[in-house]
Amino acid sequence: MDNCLECRGLTKRFGSVRALDNVNLTVRPGRVVGLLGPNGSGKTTLIKLCNGLLTPSDGAITVCGEAPGKRSKALVSYLPDRCCLPEWMSAKQLMDMYADFYADFDRARAEDMMARLNLSDKLLVGQMSKGTKEKVQLILVMSRRARLYLLDEPIGGVDPATRDYILETIIRNYDEDASVIISTHLISDVENVLDDVVFIRDGQVTLQASVDDLREQYGKSVDALFREVFRC
Amino acid sequence: MKWQFDNDMPIYTQLVGQIKFAIVSGALLPGSRMMTVRDLALEAGVNPNTMQRALQQLEREGLVYSQRSSGRFVTEDVGVIDRAKAALAAEHIRRFRASMGSLGYSREEMIQLLEGSGEEEENG
Repeated sequence: MDNCLECRGLTKRFGSVRALDNVNLTVRPGRVVGLLGPNGSGKTTLIKLCNGLLTPSDGAITVCGEAPGKRSKALVSYLPDRCCLPEWMSAKQLMDMYADFYADFDRARAEDMMARLNLSDKLLVGQMSKGTKEKVQLILVMSRRARLYLLDEPIGGVDPATRDYILETIIRNYDEDASVIISTHLISDVENVLDDVVFIRDGQVTLQASVDDLREQYGKSVDALFREVFRC
Repeated sequence: MKWQFDNDMPIYTQLVGQIKFAIVSGALLPGSRMMTVRDLALEAGVNPNTMQRALQQLEREGLVYSQRSSGRFVTEDVGVIDRAKAALAAEHIRRFRASMGSLGYSREEMIQLLEGSGEEEENG
């Protein structure tokens, strides 16, 4: 089976700024990977390149064996770092839209999770709380049977209970041969659910390793290691 | 099961330890069926691969076994469980002696203190 993500010498420049600089990265099937780095380190740029929302300045990127484009988008489920659900839609209309757009959308799964949120049929996105919007958006994204989930800051700005709900929803729903990439700087919250971590700094990948290998090697949590490596 | 994790050790090792404890303490009964890997991972709030790795380790130690179609079970072999229990006890004693030793207690003093503390509990 193809790797879910493969980057070779991937570089993205914005004018004179190197947002990503010669990134080499492989994500095998069946892994939950934390993309960890401080603000402005290049996490969102990398995720947007995976999605074809940006094009590389240099180097190569393949997603599930395809160059980012129409075919890869059918295999990739993307959660952007901000809410992009139309304010005037209800949960039901959102599911209609997802079912229209994505052949791999599992409507029964989405309906089941939506029902557990106790949203009334008439409630519109614009009337939902921030936490509810985040949950609804995540439910839509995780209800696709995708090969790769790209989750950009899925737990930023929500309370700890919602955070637990979101992480549980992620772990419950990805298929065995799919991979999940979670970008975040809230490491202690995600650390236990990750297989691997990728540290990214000033556009460069500085470390790629399994969580338990790091804990074994350094005798401390990835969170503590991150604080040391990225001390300001 | 209640799960709790320290930050300074691999999660996998801690999962092995906590499931083993549940088995030797009888919280998981011999021959009982275990939850699926994903459900156990969800309950513990950990990655399913990590849980899988822990269960494979316990399989190698003979404490659990899996049956192709029906799932994973705690061993029925009480001897294996007793030996695991004895190994855990030995480890507790080793640690106890090490920390008491570093406080300056001799073996005899430790035994005296242990007997004394037992009486206190019984009387109190």
